[in-house]
Amino acid sequence: MEKQLIGRGVLAGAAAGLAAFVFARVFAEPVIGKAIAYESARDVVQARLDRAAGLTVPAAGPDLFSRTVQADVGAGVGLILFGAAMGALVAVAYAICLGRTGAIRPRPLALLVALFGFIGIYAVPFAKYPANPPGIGHADTIGPRGALYLVMVASSCLLLFLAVYVGQRLATRYSTWTASVLTGLAYLGAIAVVMALLPALGDLHNNVVEYGRHATETPLPLRDARGTIVFPGFPADVLAQFRFYSITAQVIVWGVIALAFAPLAERVVAPQDSAARQDRRPLVRT
Amino acid sequence: MSTSSMSAPVAQPLSGPVVAAEVRTVALLLGTAVAALLVYYFIGVDQGAMSVFGKSMYIHEFFHDGRHFLGFPCH
Repeated sequence: MEKQLIGRGVLAGAAAGLAAFVFARVFAEPVIGKAIAYESARDVVQARLDRAAGLTVPAAGPDLFSRTVQADVGAGVGLILFGAAMGALVAVAYAICLGRTGAIRPRPLALLVALFGFIGIYAVPFAKYPANPPGIGHADTIGPRGALYLVMVASSCLLLFLAVYVGQRLATRYSTWTASVLTGLAYLGAIAVVMALLPALGDLHNNVVEYGRHATETPLPLRDARGTIVFPGFPADVLAQFRFYSITAQVIVWGVIALAFAPLAERVVAPQDSAARQDRRPLVRT
Repeated sequence: MSTSSMSAPVAQPLSGPVVAAEVRTVALLLGTAVAALLVYYFIGVDQGAMSVFGKSMYIHEFFHDGRHFLGFPCH
């Protein structure tokens, strides 16, 4: 049974990744293009300012893949593999939850597992460290930024697991409703403490030394030696659009996993539920 | 109402663990989870903060757009 569940999870996930890629290719790639255009134009101005200040300008890294390959192949393979991996995780979590999480039926349980995947793996980490388009993010802080993001993902998933575990214990004493609200609030409180303890990206040592105190790494306007703005800061609309599309794509990934995996899993786990639903269809009398 | 729907088994909530905690099952579930996390790592993290295949940028650059889009930190 586990093997069937995992296979179906991976399948649902790959389909979800494909759907998210189609969305991303149509809506997000133009926004990524605008962000890269800003980055390139800014680099030119920055190099001119550096030369005027007598600094040596480092050469840009080589382009290993063309933009076409990155946008059409890399993003597609990446999103499909990501979807398949998340589908596999949902299937594993689902197999463990079956019969261990109260009286919930197999189909709604699959929807909840996918919802928790979305919350734990993407939505809550996003609240602290939101997705950024190309052009935002300093190369010399990638180490701490990568580590902080993973700490955020791991904490939110671990706390979510604990919340479900404690909720199951509480549900024996209180109603399911009360137990859910209590553990939900406890989860929010615990994750808020984690978020408050982790530093903002602008507070990272390298950023403070190089740019002064700012909340984030979003590029500010460039100024010449007299302080006149010679190049604008990162366009706010491009950033807002990119983040909106990033959230939408993740909603598509987890939503398609939920909607595709739930009926597929139900047919494995509880074929009688599935059959009973078929029988409830109105009969066409001849 | 037809007789078939009357006699169809009523959907029952699950009464106990469906997937038992046996060694083979646990190994399969654990193996799947590890494989999925490895995929997650190579799409989102490798050749940024840390790198398995030395200091090249091929994986990073290939997944570049997806990496930004999925919310991972990038250069």
